[in-house]
Amino acid sequence: MSSVISQRCSSDFFMNNIGKDAFDIGYMDTLAAGDSLLHRLDPRAKLITTLVFIVTVISFDKYALSAMTPFFIYPIVLISFGRLPYRYILKKVLLVSPFAILVGIFNPLMDREILIHLGSIGISGGWVSFISIILRFILTVTAALILISLTGFNAVCAALMKFGLPRPFVVQLLFFYRYIFVLTDESERMVRASSFRAPNSKIIAFSTFVSLAGNLLLRTFDRAERIYRAMCCRGFDGHIRIMRPMKAGYQEIIFTLGWALLFILLRCSNVPLKLGTLITGYLR
Amino acid sequence: MHMADALISPAVGGTMWAATAGLIAYSAKKVKEEIDERKVPLMGVLGAFIFASQMINFSIPATGSSGHLGGGMILAILLGPYAAFLVMASVLIVQALFFADGGLLALGCNIFNLGFFPCFLAYPLIYRKIVGDYPTQGKIMLGSLIAAIIGLQLGAFGVVLETVFSGISELPFGTFVLLMQPIHLAIGIVEGLVTAAVVTFVWKARPEILSAAESSAPIGQVDMKRVILGLVVAAAIAGGALSWFASSNPDGLEWAMFKTSGKEELESHETVHASLAGIQEKTAFLPDYGFKKTEPAGEAEPEIEAKAPWPAVDSGTSVSGLVGGVLTLLIAVLIGLGLKRRQSAV
Repeated sequence: MSSVISQRCSSDFFMNNIGKDAFDIGYMDTLAAGDSLLHRLDPRAKLITTLVFIVTVISFDKYALSAMTPFFIYPIVLISFGRLPYRYILKKVLLVSPFAILVGIFNPLMDREILIHLGSIGISGGWVSFISIILRFILTVTAALILISLTGFNAVCAALMKFGLPRPFVVQLLFFYRYIFVLTDESERMVRASSFRAPNSKIIAFSTFVSLAGNLLLRTFDRAERIYRAMCCRGFDGHIRIMRPMKAGYQEIIFTLGWALLFILLRCSNVPLKLGTLITGYLR
Repeated sequence: MHMADALISPAVGGTMWAATAGLIAYSAKKVKEEIDERKVPLMGVLGAFIFASQMINFSIPATGSSGHLGGGMILAILLGPYAAFLVMASVLIVQALFFADGGLLALGCNIFNLGFFPCFLAYPLIYRKIVGDYPTQGKIMLGSLIAAIIGLQLGAFGVVLETVFSGISELPFGTFVLLMQPIHLAIGIVEGLVTAAVVTFVWKARPEILSAAESSAPIGQVDMKRVILGLVVAAAIAGGALSWFASSNPDGLEWAMFKTSGKEELESHETVHASLAGIQEKTAFLPDYGFKKTEPAGEAEPEIEAKAPWPAVDSGTSVSGLVGGVLTLLIAVLIGLGLKRRQSAV
């Protein structure tokens, strides 16, 4: 028994994060199946609001710091109202942060001009813009994650189609999403089988990988053929009809317009700076 | 490598979105017109295959490291360029939405970098040219290897251009190119080897799959002229419509314009006192731009003169900015905690 467990562990060596990520997609769908006011909103309202949010955030100039902070209100309110797990979303943001950090970390090296004076300490423009990149990164990434955790993939696709994305594209997108789980399971089984047969090697050899992937590909073709035939039997004509009617009521209008106005207002006037000026002025 | 929202400007993001949206519409039209609808489920399932096979790590021969399958080139070989572009776009959409790889605004850039170059440039111009109408194992190996490497090199170069045009990162063009291209050459070789091996495997087992893909998209049908013309038009429209956004990311001339127009607006909205304070705040937060212009002139005196008054103004406002920013964050967190408590009480 224990040897079986150790075999299973060794099969974990063969997998990278994406295996666990497939599980993650399932978890985010579970979140999207929740029931709150935000979950019930029309997906189009949430999609537009997310896009307005991201565009306003990244339109800040590259040294913006305090002006960006009020924008945290949007993810925080949505996570709280939608009862999403804070820790989970933070963890996902951290997981993907390396690229932004890697590219941003050159800013402090390149741009050494002192931009901010805090008493006798000078902070260079590079550090300011680096922190600005990190703030942007956190804001835009959480916004996208929140959109999917509150809406679910199928509903986002339906919204995309309503916005005029071509039907063949959306239909294959839905297929793709549905079969991620099936094929991930299948490749997981293959990898496990391979690890049972080669218990001492930590990682799959290149030639083994080729025949694994090749076989998986052949099976995928056969599966697609079967699916297509089965769907033809059931009257598939190239369209996928989505039953859930979309409605844009006053709730959707208030949600979208309210947030959009707030974002534009916060974009145009630097509220934290005014608040800070008020307080430091008062302290003096 | 995925571009991130945090590193691009709205003008670049918007332009690439427009270009990508145009390509998606064009490819979808082509798929609808020329390829039988059986391909639509196949496209989706093949996308899932790319996803699933990426979770298998393998050891890279002659090195100690491990890698996994990329996707663009193998999809183009199996499906033809149009369908492959759509599948690649879907893979990237799912990655952006669920794993926050890249971001929603950067999605245009990512689909373009990882979809357009392999599907519309490397596949028709390199792979098809090498493999020709009578494929052999050697031709397939060579074609997919070279096409995958070049496709990835172009994609990496796209990342560099988009980052540099956005101006958020300080990385100079030359350094960034020297960083990105060699890394992606290594990645490209591995990707090319895997693509070549898997395609050959399929070709040996089921040659009709490959010939089906070829017949549905012979090279003459990739109408590059129309694709590129459409791209140029889309980019021009988007660039024009979005160029006013660029002023919110000021540098050089644009900054000067922003400063003057910003003044006028503020004065008409607020009282004189408030507006003066507002101008001071706005200008003081970016004193850098004023200096950068004087520096290349090489005149030491005006620089010192210019610098002297700044810190006095600057220290005050930047401290206020920091105080205000931290306070705003605190308020936001408190609101969140309050809401959470209320929600869990319900």
